[in-house]
Amino acid sequence: MTPATLDQPYSDERLRDVAGALRAVLPAACVLDRREETRPYECDGLSAYRQPPMIVVLPEDEAQVLAVLAVCRALAVPIVPRGAGTGLSGGAMPIADGVVLSTARLNRIVRLDAYSRTAVVQPGVRNLAISEAAAPHGLYYAPDPSSQIACTIGGNVAENSGGVHCLKYGLTVHNVLRVRVATIEGDIVELGSEAPDAPGLDLLSVFIGSEGMLGIVTEVTVKLVPKPACARVIMASFGDIVTAGNAVAHVIAAGIIPAGLEMMDQTSARMVEPFVKAGYDLDAAAILLCEADGTAEEVEDEIARMTAVLQAAGAGAIAVSTTEAERLKFWSGRKNAFPAAGRISPDYYCMDGTIPRKNLAQVLTGIAQMEVKYGLRCANVFHAGDGNLHPLILFDANVQDELHRAEAFGAEILALCVAVGGTITGEHGVGIEKIDSMCVQFRPVELAAFFAVKGAFDPAMLLNPNKAIPTLQRCAEFGRMRVTNGALPHAGLPRF
Amino acid sequence: MSEQLDYFRDRIQAATATGKPLRIAGGGSKDWYGGLLAGDLLDTRGHHGVIDYEPTELVITARCGTPLAQLEALLLEHRQMLAFEPPRFGDASTIGGVVAAGLAGPRRATAGGVRDFVLGAQLIDGKGELLNFGGQVMKNVAGYDVSRLLAGSLGTLGLIAQVSLKVLPLPLVETTVRFELDEVTALARLNGWAGQPLPLSASCWHAGVLTVRLSGAEAAVAAALRKLGGEHVPDAAGFWTSLRDQSHGFFDTSTLWRLALPPTASAQILGGEQLIEWGGGQRWLKGARAGAEEIRRSVAAAGGHATLYRAPDKGAGAFHPQGAAIARINERLRRAFDPAGIFNRGRLY
Repeated sequence: MTPATLDQPYSDERLRDVAGALRAVLPAACVLDRREETRPYECDGLSAYRQPPMIVVLPEDEAQVLAVLAVCRALAVPIVPRGAGTGLSGGAMPIADGVVLSTARLNRIVRLDAYSRTAVVQPGVRNLAISEAAAPHGLYYAPDPSSQIACTIGGNVAENSGGVHCLKYGLTVHNVLRVRVATIEGDIVELGSEAPDAPGLDLLSVFIGSEGMLGIVTEVTVKLVPKPACARVIMASFGDIVTAGNAVAHVIAAGIIPAGLEMMDQTSARMVEPFVKAGYDLDAAAILLCEADGTAEEVEDEIARMTAVLQAAGAGAIAVSTTEAERLKFWSGRKNAFPAAGRISPDYYCMDGTIPRKNLAQVLTGIAQMEVKYGLRCANVFHAGDGNLHPLILFDANVQDELHRAEAFGAEILALCVAVGGTITGEHGVGIEKIDSMCVQFRPVELAAFFAVKGAFDPAMLLNPNKAIPTLQRCAEFGRMRVTNGALPHAGLPRF
Repeated sequence: MSEQLDYFRDRIQAATATGKPLRIAGGGSKDWYGGLLAGDLLDTRGHHGVIDYEPTELVITARCGTPLAQLEALLLEHRQMLAFEPPRFGDASTIGGVVAAGLAGPRRATAGGVRDFVLGAQLIDGKGELLNFGGQVMKNVAGYDVSRLLAGSLGTLGLIAQVSLKVLPLPLVETTVRFELDEVTALARLNGWAGQPLPLSASCWHAGVLTVRLSGAEAAVAAALRKLGGEHVPDAAGFWTSLRDQSHGFFDTSTLWRLALPPTASAQILGGEQLIEWGGGQRWLKGARAGAEEIRRSVAAAGGHATLYRAPDKGAGAFHPQGAAIARINERLRRAFDPAGIFNRGRLY
């Protein structure tokens, strides 16, 4: 795909009609339709793709959300929901003749109840703000995507976000009890509940991770869990990737589910060390971070067991954090891998494949070969516990053809992930970025089933259309173009 | 094995063509659950066997007809488990039936339910298409998560031909303690504990006794025991299994209600006798004085729902009535996968 900015594909009259209808139901300040106002919404975290929307709305309550949906339904205007815009797959990229529905003003924590360990929040509440509000009660919200300081719970629901602790504590789908949703048909429905196993089909589990294509979340009830009394992390060096990968398997085989289990390759360690000074072993081929949490006794016990396993598995240097400051220092490099990539390279492209862990060496070897093939460097950070690999492809968009090569490189990594039994996206979502790679992972019959699921919630196909699920025609076209070694020209053009 | 898939496909396509309903069943150990059975039997047991299991990947993939007992025995050899503790109402229980029924045992409140452990599934829909959803990896957000949707679908979306489930290591240590407490105090105690970092893995209140299980590393369990006190219950594994499989004496009844409630919901005064699990989230009721409508009204007012779990007459409906908008989405989803309406008709709604 190549970035494209289309000219205004709607008439002034259409803009006037839609904006007028929206102003009739929203306060004037909640409808933005001048180009200088809509420009800040032209992209999300996938900034290579930009498209200002026709209109941005910022509803302030659920009734206003319903009113926006009613207007858009009546006038057949596509809607792109948007949280903080930190998504990495272009899920919140606007549609040129559509409306962006921002949840920025739906940012209240409605209720936080320590006794029931739940918080009821509006979709625009930031992930970290929930944990901060729960902290005085010794509780927190477990999923912690790296962007948690900025990203919103509504966006987390849309993407089924994870984080570095999800092997032990689960993803968004495991930590959300209930969502309240405004449907395009004008209903308010509640999916899930504080009681277990809501009757009928488990609509909550299919809604979470649906990338804003099934409904607009107006309220989320999250589970809060007790904060572990303490946590310590082991930092272990390995002379080669295969040994490091096997060490991870040995930890799991020993019956341990670490609170965090992360790997960085040498390129990543060398990339971040100058900035964070975490003390990483820069001669190591791979560095493993292995965290234990719980009571002090429990942590001491688990650290001892993990250390023994890692040593037996061929670890070189091993360091264990002794203070909270040291623990955070060990983690700092891993947490700052993306910003560090941004410092050493004008641009980087973050991939998000998940693989069966046993195939790690095969995939990393394949990526190393692709570095040569595409003439670009790639740093690999890896949620080793759950097999979620984040290759960071370093490139310079100002150099002729580098963006194009980076994208082809990325697509080939994803195809390799699928070939070894994995998936094209572990936690970032498909959005527009990986929509062609969906054709590699799914067959036409499954894509048809996905459209049918969408149709069950959104028969008019107005909610975030043309994202996440490719049409069969698009796959056919992609397949044909892939043979001729190319990216899709004019990818920003609406197709079908 | 593809012969079996061909057989399923032929039966399903024929049924869709004629509009004659099919009753998909594994071992039939849960035939009594949900609405009345209807249609010609389509037995899934011929499609069996574990396809892939590598303990260090924490994933097991098996065909639908694989006996649950066989699958769990294999996990046990590697000191792993299905953490949702699926009930075994009979030896014939299959893994396909486990996922379709979506029922979980004592560890549900802390470990999660069936849907929390489903990673992927193969489904044969009403047109006879074999569809793959999810995968064999822990994290996967490509496409809608249809595989989790199958947990508890009671076969109404199609024949679940194969499933991939996340597995977990067995706890290193498990121990059980009991306390003599009335219902209100027990509920308060359970909710208070749940807000603290304690390795609780199961609870049961019945007849003035609260029993709790602690699971985890030895040091963590020992520390929790010091904190909680209570009377140690030796050899408690059988007790928890009797709850899981409902072989406990309490369940010796012809009519049984399952009340799913927010754990903090106050005691439900409905007459009869209750047994409370999942920290207050699951409450079994027998000998209720109240009628079905009153039970459902009371439970709904407390934020829950009530299932007529076992009963000679399920005229009141097995499952709690749904709101119109939710029912519409359910119906459309069902039609999307089963256009002719042939699968397990009337079993869910």
